[in-house]
Amino acid sequence: MKFLAFHQILERKSILLLLGIVITVAIGGLVEIVPLFYLKSTVEKVQGMRPYTPLELAGRNIYIREGCYACHSQMIRTLRDEVERYGHYSLAAESMYDRPFQWGSKRTGPDLARVGGKYSNEWHLEHLINPREVVVGSVMPGYAFLANAKLDYRNIGDHLKVNAMLGVPYDDAMIAKAKTDVLAQLDEDSDDYEAFAERYPKAPVGNFDGDSKDVTEMDALIAYLQMLGTLVDFTVYDDQANLR
Amino acid sequence: MQQNSTTLSFGEIGLFFLSGSTLLYGLVAASRRVDPVMEIHGYLIAIISLVAIFLLAARATKADRAQQDNEPYNMDVVKAGAIASTFWGVVGFAVGLVIALQLAFPSLNFDTAYLNFGRLRPLHTSAVIFAFGGNILIMTSFFVVQKTCKARLAGDIAPWFVFWGYQIFIVMAATGYLIGGTQSKEYAEPEWYVDLWLTLVWVTYLLVFLFTLFKRKEPHIYVANWFYLAFIVTVAMLHLINNAGIPVSFFGSKSYGLFAGTQDAMTQWWYAHNAVGFFLTAGFLAIMYYFIPKRANRPIYSYRLSIIHFWALIFLYIWAGPHHLHYTALPDWAQTLGMTFSIMLWMPSWGGMINGMMTLSGAWDKLRTDPVLRMMVVSTAFYGMSTFEGPLMSIKAVNSLSHYTDWTIGHVHSGALGWVAYISFGALYCIVPWLWKKEGLYSNKLVNWHFWISTLGILLYICAMWVSGIMQGLMWRAYDQYGFLEYSFIESVEAMHPYYFIRALGGLLFVLGSLIMAYNLWKTVKSGASVVTPQPSKAPTLRQGEAA
Repeated sequence: MKFLAFHQILERKSILLLLGIVITVAIGGLVEIVPLFYLKSTVEKVQGMRPYTPLELAGRNIYIREGCYACHSQMIRTLRDEVERYGHYSLAAESMYDRPFQWGSKRTGPDLARVGGKYSNEWHLEHLINPREVVVGSVMPGYAFLANAKLDYRNIGDHLKVNAMLGVPYDDAMIAKAKTDVLAQLDEDSDDYEAFAERYPKAPVGNFDGDSKDVTEMDALIAYLQMLGTLVDFTVYDDQANLR
Repeated sequence: MQQNSTTLSFGEIGLFFLSGSTLLYGLVAASRRVDPVMEIHGYLIAIISLVAIFLLAARATKADRAQQDNEPYNMDVVKAGAIASTFWGVVGFAVGLVIALQLAFPSLNFDTAYLNFGRLRPLHTSAVIFAFGGNILIMTSFFVVQKTCKARLAGDIAPWFVFWGYQIFIVMAATGYLIGGTQSKEYAEPEWYVDLWLTLVWVTYLLVFLFTLFKRKEPHIYVANWFYLAFIVTVAMLHLINNAGIPVSFFGSKSYGLFAGTQDAMTQWWYAHNAVGFFLTAGFLAIMYYFIPKRANRPIYSYRLSIIHFWALIFLYIWAGPHHLHYTALPDWAQTLGMTFSIMLWMPSWGGMINGMMTLSGAWDKLRTDPVLRMMVVSTAFYGMSTFEGPLMSIKAVNSLSHYTDWTIGHVHSGALGWVAYISFGALYCIVPWLWKKEGLYSNKLVNWHFWISTLGILLYICAMWVSGIMQGLMWRAYDQYGFLEYSFIESVEAMHPYYFIRALGGLLFVLGSLIMAYNLWKTVKSGASVVTPQPSKAPTLRQGEAA
C-alpha cells in the first residue's frame, strides 16, 4: 500500500515526523483563533466600556490572586434561565480589557458578571468576612484577612502602563494620576474626585470597607465587584449593530 | 567519548553559568522586589541556585562520572523519575482530598490566606497533572526512547537538567499559588518567570528526546515515540502562545497577557483542552503502546490502526477547545466547529482504545492472574468511557445543562483517575522491578487491594458528580407553575452537600490506594534478590511479519 510506504519514510526520519506533527497540530488553532482578532462581533465597540480604574484593577488582581474564578464564572450565557437569573447575556466587548479573561468554568457559587450594584458595600463586606453569616448554607471560604491587609498600590501606575502598551486605552494623565485616583475613588469629597470621575465614568465611589483609616485589599476587591457588568447601558444597547 | 574527570562538559559549563545567573537574579529580585511573592521567590531561586552550584561542583570532582556516562543506558534518571512521580502522585491526590473536604465542610478553609480553596485548587490540579502526570511522562519517555531506539539518552547532564529543572518548576509553581502568584489561566496558572523557566526545561527535554532518536540503532521509530514526540512539541507550542505576556516589573511576579477577553478565552481553552489532548492523552497513549504489549507479551493489535489513530487524534484534538465556551460571547461558528471536531474525536479515541485493548488477543487469561495488566486494561476502558462522555458533553444542547456544573468535574476525574492515573500506576508497577532489577513486585496481593480500593473510590467519585452535576443543571433551569425560576442559587448549593461528602469519601479511597502502591513499590526496591536481565530488551512487535 502506498500510504503505508509513505508512512515508512516518516517512521525513519525523525525530522520529517516532527515537521509532520507541527503542521498537523498548527491548523486547528490557526483557523479558530486568528479570525477572532478581525471579526466584527469579537472586536465590537460598545458604548460605555472604559478601562478599569486603578483601584478596580488592583481589586481585580486580588480576585485573581485568591482564585475566585475557580468557583465563580463571569459569563452569562444566551440561555433564558441565565438571563432571568443574572441579567443581560455577556457581550464580547464587556471583557475587552480583561487580561486575562475571567469567564470561569465552574459555578460552585453564582455568576458574577453583573454582580455590580446588586448588593450594598456593607453586604459585600459582611459576606466576604463571613459568608455564612449572610448566606446560610454557603460553602465559600471567609476572606476576613483582606480587611486587614493594606493595599500595596505603589507601582499601580506601572500596571496601567503595561496595559496601555498592550492596547488598553489608558492615556498619559491616567497613568500619571494612577495613585491619586486610587484615593479619589474612596472619597467623593476629595479635590481629585471630579477629575477622576471624568476619566472613569460610572465608577463606584465610596469607602468600600467602611474604614477610612487605610486603603485595604477589601476596598479594592469590593470596588471591583461593584462595577462588574455595570458599564454598558442595555436600554440603549443595539444588539443588531454588530451583525452582518 | 573519552572524558577525564578534570574537564567539564559543555552542558556542565552551561549549567554553572545558568545557576550563577539565576543566583544573581534571585538575590537582586528579592532585594528590589515590587511584591511579596517575588520576595519569597527571589530567595527561593537563590537557595535553589546555590544547591545546584554545590551539586554541580560535587559532580565535577567525581572521578567515575565518565565511566558512568558510558553505560549503555541512562537508567538513573529514570529511577529518579519513578520516585518523584510516586511522591507527587500521593501529594496531589491528598491535596485533592483536602479541597473536596473543604467543599463539603467549608470551615476547613480556616479562613486564612494561604490555605483557602481558591489557592489550593490550582495546587491540586497542577500537582496531579504536571507534577504526577508530568513526571510519569518524562520518566517513561526516557525509558521507552532508550529501549526502543537501543541507544543511551543523549547528553551527559541534560537529562538530569530536565529532571531537576522540572521539579524546580513544580516547587516554584506550587509555592507561588500558596503565596498568591498566579495568572489565573486554568492549568497555566504560573506567572511569567516560572513559565520562562519551564520553557528552558521543556526545550532541553525536546532536544534530549530528538537527539536520542537520532542516535537510534533501530531503523524505525516505534509508535510510542510518535506519541511522545507529538506531546512534547505540541505542549511547547501551547505553552508559549497561551502564556505570552509582559511583566509589570522584572522584579515583580505580576504580568499581563498578550490577549484579552474573547481572544484570550479562545486561546486559553485551545491551550487547556490540548493540555488534556496532548499532556493527558497523547503522552499516556505512548505509555499504553509500550507497556501493555510488553506486559501482555503480545504484538500491538494493528499497525495500520496505530497510524490512523495517531494522525487523526493529533489533528482533531486541536480543534476541540471551543466546546468549553458554548453559548458564550465566542462567535457561534467557532462553537459549532469545536463541537463538530469534538464529536469526530470520538472515533480516533475509540480506535486507540481498541488498539490497546485488543493487544490482549490471545492473552485474555492474564487478566485473571496479573493485577498490573488488569489495571492497565481497565484504564483503557475508562479511556473509552470518558472519550465517549466528552463528545456527548460537547454537544451544545447537552453542554447547556452540564457546563459550569459538577458533571464536568466528574468527567475530568473519570479520565484523570480512571485513565491517566491507572495507566501510570500500571507503568510504575512494571518499571520499578525492571529498573531495580527485581524478579517481580513485592506483593501482587497489594496491587489487587490497590486496584479494588481505588476503583471503588473512582466509582463513588464519578457517580456522586453525575448526580450532583445533573441536579445542579436542572435546578438552575427549573421554572415553577407561575413561570418564575423555581430555585434560588443557594438552594442548589445546599442540595450538593451529600454528594460533596460522597465525593470526598471516594477521594479518600483513592489516596489510600496510592499509599498502598507507594508502600508496595518501596518494599519492592528494598527487598528481594536482584536478577540479571529482567529488563525488556526490544520494542514490542508493531509490523506484521517481523520476528517477535
